[in-house]
Amino acid sequence: MEAPPEHCPGVESEQAGKVSACAGCPNQGICSDPNRKVEDPGKALVAESLKDVKNKLLILSGKGGVGKSTVTSLLTRYLARSCPNSNFGVLDIDICGPSQPRLLGALGENVHQSGSGWSPVGIDDNVCLMSIGFLLGSVDDAIIWRGPKKNGMIRQFLSEVDWGNLDLLLLDTPPGTSDEHLSVVSYLKDDTQPESLRAVIVTTPQEVALLDVRKEINFCKKQNIPIVGVIENMSSFRCGNCGNSSEIFPAKTGGAAAMCAEMEVPLLGSLPLDPQIAKACDSGDDITEIKNSTTEALDGICSKIMSSFS
Amino acid sequence: MLDKVKNVIVVLSGKGGVGKSTVSTQLALALRQTGHKVGLLDIDLCGPSVPYLLGLEGSDIFQCDEGWVPIYTDESQTLAVMSIGFLLKNRTDPVIWRGPKKTMMIRQFLTDVKWDELDYLIIDTPPGTSDEHITVMECLREVPCNGAIIVTTPQGVALDDVRKEITFCKKTGIKLLGIVENMSGFVCPHCTSCTNIFSSNGGVELAKYAQIPHLGTLPIDPRVGVLAGTTASVLDELPDSTTAEVLRGLVQHLDSITLTA
Repeated sequence: MEAPPEHCPGVESEQAGKVSACAGCPNQGICSDPNRKVEDPGKALVAESLKDVKNKLLILSGKGGVGKSTVTSLLTRYLARSCPNSNFGVLDIDICGPSQPRLLGALGENVHQSGSGWSPVGIDDNVCLMSIGFLLGSVDDAIIWRGPKKNGMIRQFLSEVDWGNLDLLLLDTPPGTSDEHLSVVSYLKDDTQPESLRAVIVTTPQEVALLDVRKEINFCKKQNIPIVGVIENMSSFRCGNCGNSSEIFPAKTGGAAAMCAEMEVPLLGSLPLDPQIAKACDSGDDITEIKNSTTEALDGICSKIMSSFS
Repeated sequence: MLDKVKNVIVVLSGKGGVGKSTVSTQLALALRQTGHKVGLLDIDLCGPSVPYLLGLEGSDIFQCDEGWVPIYTDESQTLAVMSIGFLLKNRTDPVIWRGPKKTMMIRQFLTDVKWDELDYLIIDTPPGTSDEHITVMECLREVPCNGAIIVTTPQGVALDDVRKEITFCKKTGIKLLGIVENMSGFVCPHCTSCTNIFSSNGGVELAKYAQIPHLGTLPIDPRVGVLAGTTASVLDELPDSTTAEVLRGLVQHLDSITLTA
């Protein structure tokens, strides 16, 4: 790519293509065209590659460590089990801290290159996964990248992975409201089908998490992404010894329920802290066989999400 | 930049929600309680937690000739705090910025804040190994930085990301002061039996594996969570708790390093 001319007014500028510095610039024609629309060519590539993907679901939270990845993997397992005739894909866009390979039991797997792009890793008959974790030589390898490189990687994951026919693509995100979030939204948002991209928000009950989650909800509102609802994770803990429940992360400000009422978004349900599930997630086991109050709550949340798409 | 600051400590973790901000604020309060003058800089721009944790939400930053004046927690002016939270009009406003804008803001926090004389500046970071981290490491090359404290929880899914952060520190040449294991075990208030909700000992084993010191293990203690929103130090409020004991050890450890430095 050539560097822009020295006094380039910038493509966004009113003066683009019109000032003296533009004379001789190869892009002058594009910049001075009054009907021009500056659009990332990647967007068309992504749209072409994902044309057989019906719906996309972002799993978001402003806060880290609240269980975005765990909820993504639990939802995927549950949805895949309850809709055996549908196909599901999971894309992990947490570039600096990918967790999906571990949670879906695919640590150490490799992605293969084929004529139609990277083949995602098969998790189950109807579930496939792509994560940067598969491209690293070791768990210790750090991805020390600034925004533009992360954005390039996300574009590649969307446009160069052979996703095939999917009924739902779940996207697990890093915390925050920055590069990854802006990129994925700009690539996936389809103004002709605004309902095909939705978001689920994950939070924990304490105020320090809710504080960041409110920011994420406002991010969705600003970007016009419909919010399916909020899932409250780690809501209480039942002691395995005496059976009593305690609040580990006290909801001093009313927890997710009060926050949802204040922000006018639906609450999908609460998931209690469950050492059994946590252990199963760490070792990447399928949790749909476990029957307890957590999986029951999960069942209810899944049917609400499913009905929002039908 | 940071001319009058004697020691700089960065609090890092690859993983979010492990307690970086809680450890940063309680460490700052503990250092102050033992007679130091402390600064606390929050460079988590998309999710600043320090203003809430110290009960300073709604404070306004003022500008003087020498730059921004940080927020002081009380009249003794022994704890100075800076966070993007003080610059937002509303606590629910998102900061939707890409990397370059975040980089500019962090540079400004390091160069344009009137920190004055400080014994310690604690820098609280967001999760990851990206723009914020690269920028702060680049800036800290120009000033003496004592090193990084890594915070983790014991379960495998957190340790995976923390191992990446350790690699980041080694690659960027920042000294690793050690690992703090947080949320290790929960003592049921009804029957006092301890459950390792997020497993246990993961931080100790990681410290051994990475050959860096293990600085202590903190249990899940809802009494510490209740202190959020105040400037009360665990050392004063819960002097007999494990958390206080670990923090006292941490302060001693830091003092011994900085004395010899």
